[in-house]
Amino acid sequence: MVVQGSNMAECHPVAFRWVMEAKNRGATIIHVDPRFTRTSAVADLHVPLRPGSDIAFLGGIVRHILENDRWFHEYVVHYTNAATIIDERFQDTEELDGFFSGFDAERNKYAWDTWSYQGVDGVVPAAGHKEVYGEKGAGRHDLRGVKMTEREVDPTLLHPRCVFQLLKKHYARYTPELVEETCGVPKALFLEVAETLCRNSGRERTSAFCYAVGWTQHTVGVQYIRTAAIIQLLLGNMGRPGGGIMALRGHASIQGSTDIPTLFDLLPGYLPMPHAVLPDRGLDQYVNNNASATGWWSEFRKYIVSLQKAWFGDAATADNDWLFDTLPRLTGNHSHMTTVSEMADGKVKGYFVVGENPTVGSMNGALHREGLRRLDWLVVRDFALTETAEFWRTAPELERGEVRTEEIQTEVFFFPAATHTEKDGSFTNTQRMLQWHHRAIEPPGDCRSELHFVYDLGKRLKALYAGSTAERDRPIQALTWDYGALGPHAEPDAERVLREINGYTVADGQPVPGFAKLAADGSTACGCWIYSGCFAGGVNQPARRRPQGEQHWVAPEWGWAWPMNRRLLYNRASADPEGRPWSERKRYVWWDEGQRRWTGHDVPDFIVDRPPSYRAPRGATGIASIGGEDPFIMQADGKGWLFAPSGLLDGPFPTHYEPEESVIENPLYPQQCNPARMEWHRRENPYHRAWGDARFPYVLTTYRLTEHHTAGGMSRWLSWLSELQPEMFCEVSRELAAEQGLANGGWATLTTARGEIECRVLVTARLRPLRVRGKVVHTIGLPYHWSYVGLVRGDPANELIPFVADPNVSIQESKALTGNIRAGRHSFGRRSATGGASLRQPEPAEGEAPRDLPGLHARHRAPPVEPGRR
Amino acid sequence: MARKLPVVGEWPVVRQLAARDATGLDGTATSARTRALQPRTAGADRVARSVCPYCAVGCGQLVYVKDERIIDIEGDPDSPVSQGCLCPKGAATFQLVTGAQREQHVLYRRPGGKEWERIPLERAMEMVAERVKRAREETWQERIEEEGAEHQGDLVRRTLGIAHLGGATLDNEENYLLKKLYTALGIVQVENQARI
Repeated sequence: MVVQGSNMAECHPVAFRWVMEAKNRGATIIHVDPRFTRTSAVADLHVPLRPGSDIAFLGGIVRHILENDRWFHEYVVHYTNAATIIDERFQDTEELDGFFSGFDAERNKYAWDTWSYQGVDGVVPAAGHKEVYGEKGAGRHDLRGVKMTEREVDPTLLHPRCVFQLLKKHYARYTPELVEETCGVPKALFLEVAETLCRNSGRERTSAFCYAVGWTQHTVGVQYIRTAAIIQLLLGNMGRPGGGIMALRGHASIQGSTDIPTLFDLLPGYLPMPHAVLPDRGLDQYVNNNASATGWWSEFRKYIVSLQKAWFGDAATADNDWLFDTLPRLTGNHSHMTTVSEMADGKVKGYFVVGENPTVGSMNGALHREGLRRLDWLVVRDFALTETAEFWRTAPELERGEVRTEEIQTEVFFFPAATHTEKDGSFTNTQRMLQWHHRAIEPPGDCRSELHFVYDLGKRLKALYAGSTAERDRPIQALTWDYGALGPHAEPDAERVLREINGYTVADGQPVPGFAKLAADGSTACGCWIYSGCFAGGVNQPARRRPQGEQHWVAPEWGWAWPMNRRLLYNRASADPEGRPWSERKRYVWWDEGQRRWTGHDVPDFIVDRPPSYRAPRGATGIASIGGEDPFIMQADGKGWLFAPSGLLDGPFPTHYEPEESVIENPLYPQQCNPARMEWHRRENPYHRAWGDARFPYVLTTYRLTEHHTAGGMSRWLSWLSELQPEMFCEVSRELAAEQGLANGGWATLTTARGEIECRVLVTARLRPLRVRGKVVHTIGLPYHWSYVGLVRGDPANELIPFVADPNVSIQESKALTGNIRAGRHSFGRRSATGGASLRQPEPAEGEAPRDLPGLHARHRAPPVEPGRR
Repeated sequence: MARKLPVVGEWPVVRQLAARDATGLDGTATSARTRALQPRTAGADRVARSVCPYCAVGCGQLVYVKDERIIDIEGDPDSPVSQGCLCPKGAATFQLVTGAQREQHVLYRRPGGKEWERIPLERAMEMVAERVKRAREETWQERIEEEGAEHQGDLVRRTLGIAHLGGATLDNEENYLLKKLYTALGIVQVENQARI
């Protein structure tokens, strides 16, 4: 088991019990992490590596598997797209100095038509996180991928343009020597990890990866996970017990808030938000942009029509295109960083912050506060007055007198929130399992649930708009909004909401048993298709609590996991192409020839009566296109994607790029950074030199502790937790302490171009300097829980971090950046957002180091913009 | 004499000898009072099944209620996820939900104000609803009008004047209604910790 990009023992202690259980049964635990942590302490092997170099490390493992013929032949040939031939126009980063074909230097974006399968016109990704085909000019009249069954394949894997050969070529230079040079991991240690993984994979054995935000919070974050996916597919570890890639998520329902998203680019169930393109063709165009002719995503239309029926009820009809045209449209990126940047430009009037504390938890807190100061109104809902609620009277720029409370014109509303013990509802845990929590008591005082808040706000707005005849107010008037009134506070009935999420037959209001029963003709309504089945039979399935001792080890009657209570996704792959378990030891789901159906320990993630021998007829579309050997049913081709022909905005193969701010030049490509990353060039958000910035010679990385919770809203106000971790600190190696004169327990000041903070120093052997390209690299660890209010206070680490984002999911880069440290208390609380000019030291003599190849697109990055002048 | 001396047979040493329990570890050293002790959870009026509100592991919790007050929160031994365990944060849930740190009043800070003011919940809801309506109307975009913009002339039917952030500790049902209401209002800048 490889834990990488996570300190699982500390951040997910109770889940880590199962890792220890595996260890007790003989599993080898490997921890790959820049820091030696509680996880490393109990692992069999700790591998320290330079922050931001994981793709080079994992890419090295891919090469090791391929070069040494350690891949699981039968699995790879049948279950992945290794054999598929790619478009002849495709060019790799090896040929283009770190770019793939299709890069548009004017827009810093890739077009991915050259990444497609040969002979197939467009391949639709499994989940349209973005309406990837919704870009201007990309719309069309028919479905993509109708020729999927006619795609060219070479099962011998010898064709020079088959995925397998392209993969081999792409990673050919990721040698153990290069891993050592890039990651600072000695060759022998790297080979031990690679060999251990290979040895523990195959018919009889499986290996798992566990990761957390140590992998995601990078400008190439999504590609980190993609690299692990390639390894797991090559080793045959996907869809099998003891295998897979486990995302360790950090909030009670963070998985739920992605599935039923409060995210700009998604509607419930990973249906993309519509893009502003060709609106005259409405729903048909949207379906053509997003549905696939083949695979399960061919069912797309049923899900969007059922969603419109759930939201707009009888008002949504076939004649008015199910009111699809009333939905708001995207014109680009409207993510968190974009919104806050526009807020600082005075473009946003009102902001709801609900159970989140972005001035502490997000990058560049000072830029957030500048945004909040320019709002007309701010609503904060939380348990206590967080830094975000108090931004107008507690912040360093106020203490410095750069901003005055009386000049801040933002109106602020604070609503006290009910706790989970004071309301009914479901959380979705990190394994996609919904669990219901029951109300124990009524909330005190003015405390109310978010359900109450939004329901009440909606009722008031419906009343305010009741008499309007304006077309734009029609969706509010038509919105179905009837959830009852329970108890003394007229609390809406959460089970009624869950029923709507599950879906029902319009005619009689009866819950549907699952998404297979949804229709595109308006006869069914469903709020989130992937959750359909969670109220099957009129039973609140997430509330099921059959004790684990009374059921078998998969425990299917505890809670409910989407989709359809499948506990292990793509579990068809746990059987061989003929449908037999790969081995007795790894028996999980298999084909029962006698009963002519799939069966096993879990709900089969496959069409239950489709035999392994079934082959899609040439030209087949829809569900009929899914062959008996196609376990990855959400994919248009039913295969695991070693090569991603679409769906990713920064390349079909993961490629090593350095972070936005690095201590070294990219050892692999002339292109330094992910060319498709997003930057915010603003006065308040200065970047360091791309590498070798003499002002900022060290690597900074942030992390969490067991005793605190993210930005502290649920921990820094509690004495029980605060006394266990009372103070902000930074972690440095003995060598760095000697170099900078830092004393254990003494003070240090940390700076980046964004700001400066001070904290106590922990000098420890847990951090070690690494040797990278002949240079000694020091890493400084920074927990990020503290800030200016609460029981225990300290400077927030996130004030140091810039706005810069991964192009796929717009995530911040807080796990690898550069900064400086010196002994003593020298912070004046300066921030680049407010009078930060004083922070800037003279530019380094050697000038600016390019992040992007000259002529390709560096010149198109906009120069810094003064706020308010955009 | 305030207390009666125990009869000879009740003396622990006698009981230990009689029961051949030399180390006293088999229970002969305990008194009747000790044997009668019960955890405070035993006196609860009811127990609500719940889930830990911190990280995403989803450990089971048992919430003990007596006289409409929470008297304790413990790990749920029936849970196949956690088998009764809670980590330091999970074990602090009792203080999270019952502690004095919880603000119980709606507070309002007026433009330029230096202090919070208490206002009634109903009034605050009314004010927020009015502000949503006003901001929405002031910033409504039916089509992109900006000259030369990539999407000039395209129908967008939205407002970029209102935004939302959070939170990943909300219930699915809450997120569902938030997304539903915002989308109907034309609010697209809806974001979440899941991004971070």
